[in-house]
Amino acid sequence: MKLEFVIEGMDFTRAGEAAAKIKKALQLVGMEVETVRKSVIVAYEAEMNIVIHARSGTLTARVYPDRVEIEAADEGPGIPDISLALQEGYSTAPPHIREMGFGAGMGLPNIQRSSDELHIDSKVGIGTKLTSTIMNRTSGV
Amino acid sequence: MDAEVITGEDMLDIEVSSGFGCDLISDSLCFSRPECLLITGLTNIQIVRVADMIEARAILFVRGKKPGRDIIRVAREKKLPLMVTRRFLFESCGLLYQHGLRSS
Repeated sequence: MKLEFVIEGMDFTRAGEAAAKIKKALQLVGMEVETVRKSVIVAYEAEMNIVIHARSGTLTARVYPDRVEIEAADEGPGIPDISLALQEGYSTAPPHIREMGFGAGMGLPNIQRSSDELHIDSKVGIGTKLTSTIMNRTSGV
Repeated sequence: MDAEVITGEDMLDIEVSSGFGCDLISDSLCFSRPECLLITGLTNIQIVRVADMIEARAILFVRGKKPGRDIIRVAREKKLPLMVTRRFLFESCGLLYQHGLRSS
């Protein structure tokens, strides 16, 4: 199963809808609760990163019996130093974004923590592509 | 709580299993548990979206912060009761804890 969504930069009204739809789809196909929880964190944080930082992008979820792959590809400023961006508390979000409860520098660290595998490719001035894999582990294993 | 019910008057008998107090979206998403009461000073649309995703049962807005009409409309659609109290976040959490509600 593949779900794909176009995400517009700075569209805070619709932001989060794609992640919510991914959650519903994962629940419908019977993925494990923990897989759904982690996938939602990755999808939502990745979606918000596009909304906050990029001009536009796509959020794609590919669902397999043993895993979920979430890809967020955007046209935006890119990330000059990925290891710095992965540090908890590091953020480049402006003050008006912080006032909305974002920009605490936890987005990428949360994505990393919830992913079994994470790849980030970024070119400054062009955009960023993030691919996360979440394994669908059976409860209790 | 001296809280005013903004929407969901007909759902005030639902039970919450825990409480989570926070003014950060990411932390609400990562650390709260399903069926919790979300206690927050954030009143933008994203807090309702996150509440829906984490399967929160209701939102209590603190510091007298009232959400806008579009947020109330989305909460109604999602059958999510919204309440507002003039108390601060710390006091609200303390009072609820005192009455038996535990942390997410």
